[in-house]
This record gives sequence, C-alpha cells and structure tokens, in this order.
Amino acid sequence: MYVRRLELHDFRSYAEAAVDFDPGSSVLIGPNGHGKTNLVEAIGYVATLGSHRVATEAPLVRYGASRAIIRCAIVHDGRELLVELEITPGKANRARIGRAPATRARDVLGALRLVLFAPEDLALVRGDPAERRKYLDDLLVQRQPRFAGVRADYERVLKQRNALLRTSYLARKVASRSRRPAEPVDAPDLSTLDVWDLHLAAYGADLVAARLELCAALGTHLAKAYDAVSAGRGEARLAYEAKSWATPDEAGRLAELDRSEIEQRLRAALAEARPSEVERGMTLVGPHRDDLMLTLGELPAKGYASHGESWSFALALRLASYELLRSEGIEPVLVLDDVFAELDTGRRERLAELVAGASQVLVTCAVPQDVPDALRGARYTVGDGVVSRVA
Amino acid sequence: MYEGAIQDLIDELGRLPGIGPKSAQRLAFHVLQADTADVTRLATALTRVKELVRFCSVCFNVAESERCRICRDPRRTDETICVVEEPKDVVAIEKTGEFRGRYHVLGGAINPLEGVGPDSLRIRELMARLSAGEVKELILATDPNTEGEATATYIALLVKPMGLAVTRLASGLPVGGDLEYADEVTLGRAFEGRRAV
Ligand SMILES: Nc1ncnc2c1ncn2[C@@H]1O[C@H](COP(=O)(O)OP(=O)(O)O)[C@@H](O)[C@H]1O
Ligand SMILES: [Mg+2]
Ligand SMILES: [Zn+2]
Repeated sequence: MYVRRLELHDFRSYAEAAVDFDPGSSVLIGPNGHGKTNLVEAIGYVATLGSHRVATEAPLVRYGASRAIIRCAIVHDGRELLVELEITPGKANRARIGRAPATRARDVLGALRLVLFAPEDLALVRGDPAERRKYLDDLLVQRQPRFAGVRADYERVLKQRNALLRTSYLARKVASRSRRPAEPVDAPDLSTLDVWDLHLAAYGADLVAARLELCAALGTHLAKAYDAVSAGRGEARLAYEAKSWATPDEAGRLAELDRSEIEQRLRAALAEARPSEVERGMTLVGPHRDDLMLTLGELPAKGYASHGESWSFALALRLASYELLRSEGIEPVLVLDDVFAELDTGRRERLAELVAGASQVLVTCAVPQDVPDALRGARYTVGDGVVSRVA
Repeated sequence: MYEGAIQDLIDELGRLPGIGPKSAQRLAFHVLQADTADVTRLATALTRVKELVRFCSVCFNVAESERCRICRDPRRTDETICVVEEPKDVVAIEKTGEFRGRYHVLGGAINPLEGVGPDSLRIRELMARLSAGEVKELILATDPNTEGEATATYIALLVKPMGLAVTRLASGLPVGGDLEYADEVTLGRAFEGRRAV
C-alpha cells in the first residue's frame, strides 16, 4: 500500500499543507526545525492513532488552534481509501472513512499499515520497559485492530483498580493519624477488589496471550534482520518477561501457556500480592509491568550492547515488524525519519538495501548526502512550513 | 461576564451535564428572547419535576406516586428483574418491547475513580427484593463499559449463593458505550440473546 496524498489543517506547525506522493521512495529534505518530522508524524498518527514523539495530543494541534485535521488518501490493491481524522485534545477524536458518516477514531485502525523508524528508537533497546511494551502493543494493534479495544479495556480496569487501592490506602493513613488508641480503625471498603481482580486477569490474559504469540512470530524475523543490518555480527533474540506474575521456573516456557492458563496465573499472583498491594495502594501484578528481554549472543542488549550494536538492534526490531506485516500479505508503508544521520556508513547502506524494495518509503533528512543511493527517488524540500516537490 | 440575572442563568445552565460555557450562553439568550408564556411553562416544568417526581420505593425508577407505573402493572411478571444503572435505561429497554418483568435502578455503577462504591448504589435494596424468593431470573443490563461490567460481576458474585438464574445482555451492544444510546433493534437483540453469567 502507499499514501497518495496527505493534507493537514492546523496540525503541528502547519496551518495548511497538501503533499502528493508516488509509490517507491520519496526524500523530504530541509533544515532542522522546519517541519519534516511533523509531516511524517501525521501519517504515523493515521496508522496508530498515536505519535512517536509525544504521549498527549495537545502538542499535535497548531499552537492557538482548537483542533487539527489530517486527511490521507491511501491506495491499497488499486483501490483508494480516504481517511479523515479530527484531533481535539481533551475530547474524543472523530474520524471519517470514505464517504461513510463520522465514526469513532478507533475504526480507522487497520486502514494504513506503517512502520516508522526514528531516532527515538534507540530507547527500544536502552530505555524503560514501557518503550518495549509500546513496541509490542502498537504492532499488535497494526496486525489485529481489535487489540486497541483490549488494550484500552485493560488500562481502564487498571486505572479503576489503582483508584480503589489508593483511596483505601489514604483512608487508612488518615484514620491511623487521627485515631485515639482505644478506637478501632474502620476497615476501608475493598469489597469490590475481587471483581477488579477478575477483570484485570481476564483482559490481562487476552493481552499477554497476544503479546506472546507476537513474540513467537517476530523471533526469526528479528534474528535475520539483525544479521543483515550488522553484517553477521551476532545473534539477536527476544523473550517475553513477566516477573510480576510468572514464577522463575515458568519464565523459560511462558510461550507454552495458553490464554486460560495465563488468566489462572494472573489471578493466583493477584491473590498472593493482595496484602502488599493493599499496603502500598497500587497494582503490582499484571502485563503493565511486563518487559521484552532483548539479548545479543549471551548478553542482555540493555547495559551491554555498544552504541552501534544498540542501533542495529533497534533497526532490527523495526525491520522485523516490517517483515512480519508483509509476510501476512499487506505491504506496509515505511517511514525513515532522520535515521540516516544517526548511523555509520555501513549500517546506512545495509538498511537502505533492506528497505529499498518496499512499496513506499518516506525518508526525511537535513543533509541529502546522508541518504544512500538505493533510496534516491522523488525529492521534496521542506522549508518554513512549505513543502514542494523538486524532482 | 454579563451582569446580574443573565449571568446567574448562564452559570446555572453551565452546571448542567453536557452544557459548556458557550452552550449555556446560547441557551440563556434564547430564554431571554422567548415568549414569557414559554418561559413560564419551562419554569413550571422545572419546579414541578422536583415537587411531583420521586423515586419508586420498590425499584427506584422515577415515579409520580409511591410505586412507579411498571411496579404497579399487574400484567407484568415478578419472576424477572432487570437491573439497570439509570431511569433512562428503563425507557430504552421499554422501547424494545422485549421485556415484561420488573426493573431495579441502581443509580449508577461502581466507579472508584469517582468515589462510587457498592454502598452508594441501591445494591442492598436489590438483595432485599431477591431474598423474598419470588424472583427466578436476574438480568444484568448495566452499561457495556468497564464500570458497568464490574458492577454486573459484583452483583453476580453476591447473588450466586441464592441459586437464581443470572444473565447478562448479549454482546453486540457497542462496547464502551451507554445503554441508552443503543438503537432499539440492537438492544432488543441483546435482550433475546442474553447469556448466563
Ligand atoms: N503544536 C505546534 N504548533 C506550532 N508549531 C509547532 C507545534 N509543534 C511543533 N511545532 C514547531 O515545529 C517545528 C519542528 O518541526 P519538526 O517537524 O520536528 O522539524 P524537523 O524538520 O527538524 O523534523 C518546531 O519549530 C516547532 O516549534
Ligand atoms: Mg525531525
Ligand atoms: Zn418501581
């Protein structure tokens, strides 16, 4: 598939913009701070309903405007689909697909498959577990959009459960401070905790089962991709890690657990952790604490891999997403946002070779010489918010 | 900011759910320009609703006497109770024409983020109704969102020892939504396809 046209209205630095693209590779060139990333960020938003740079929506709306609009024409199998998204911070976003009446933004998921490479990707290897969970969950939603709902349900239950634990924690604190020695402390009302446990375990099991299945599917693609970008300099692997609810002897065979076994394990772990959760006033067990363990040869990548190896690993994770999505029948759009500036010549050339055959590659850069010949295609300049095709 | 009475009206309207400052202003000026008779009718309706309408002593639906119209209807069966969050959900289900039993209006759903626990809902009153022993089926028709599902599970666990049939509306309802916004056909189907919990 490819993006044929992008139109922006009050998105980031753009009051108005419209850009037409061809399949194959397009290079957007311009000085830093002139709006290159803003353009591809908009395309990324259509695919994932999130930004690769910020977690909130306010920065996506042009300063002083109240809402942003992204319109995107996507061509897939010779058919064109028009998607329009309206982003209003603090309110539910609205979407239109084709000529159908407006729907929930979530219905747009699946219309555009996309893999985005960005300088921020180094955090996949070096950053917190949250970065790696987001990597898995975003890919999960791209493959099966219904997981956007599962993820949202899990997060909502977690929020409610935390609120309950927190209120009871605060109530106990206040009571113990104001209590005269003879008075008993009122037991804070935790009677609904069992219910939240059941629901957390149910949605959590859906999420974990899907993440495990995804990890299994990614494994060989990752190893191959690392081998290719690093020119055969080691074996990259990934393993799902669930320290908050799996016992150490289960750790090695998480992949063998089915959904209902996972649910049982989560319930048991919640029951076991109940006293400490009540004591600390927060949820300590569940997939929101899981991680993806990345190893290079015998060593964990985090803390051990060199700068260059970490970059190879991050690229390999994105390339693995790309290979997995296309192996399932849909050629995703690739976005390479300012990544060549971060890489040495060898990695640049190898990355370019690997992605040059994609149905569409959108590359942004400040210095055109950084982009390998394999990706020379249409050229655009981006300056002061004006995008123009030059070749 | 306007002066005196008009600003008072804007402030009062702005406190209503779903009315932002701009809508409040528009409504206030609409009232200002309307016929006196129309405004008087609106004012009377507002005061009368508080004077005359109260909550049914059995099911907590809105009522104009001690018991609501549905609880007084002898043609309806006492063997089935449908549990909903709000009176407006009763209206939505009545429109489907699928249900001939009685209701129980909880007055909300369990929601720790907003400080709503089971004690703030009419769950104790529901248990009292069930302990009379006439009810054979309990239909949990709370909203198909996180809080509604949690409330349904909570009640299902509570009444389990009583041994009556407990059902939940079939999926097909828009998830994350409000019962009252489901169209009649969808809601009617959800009723027919309800499943045991
Ligand atoms: N919400 C916004 N409103 C107005 N300007 C914005 C907004 N968000 C970012 N910008 C501006 O966009 C520019 C950054 O654009 P970006 O696309 O990241 O640059 P680059 O070309 O280096 O990729 C900055 O000058 C920033 O001030
Ligand atoms: Mg940039
Ligand atoms: Zn009644």
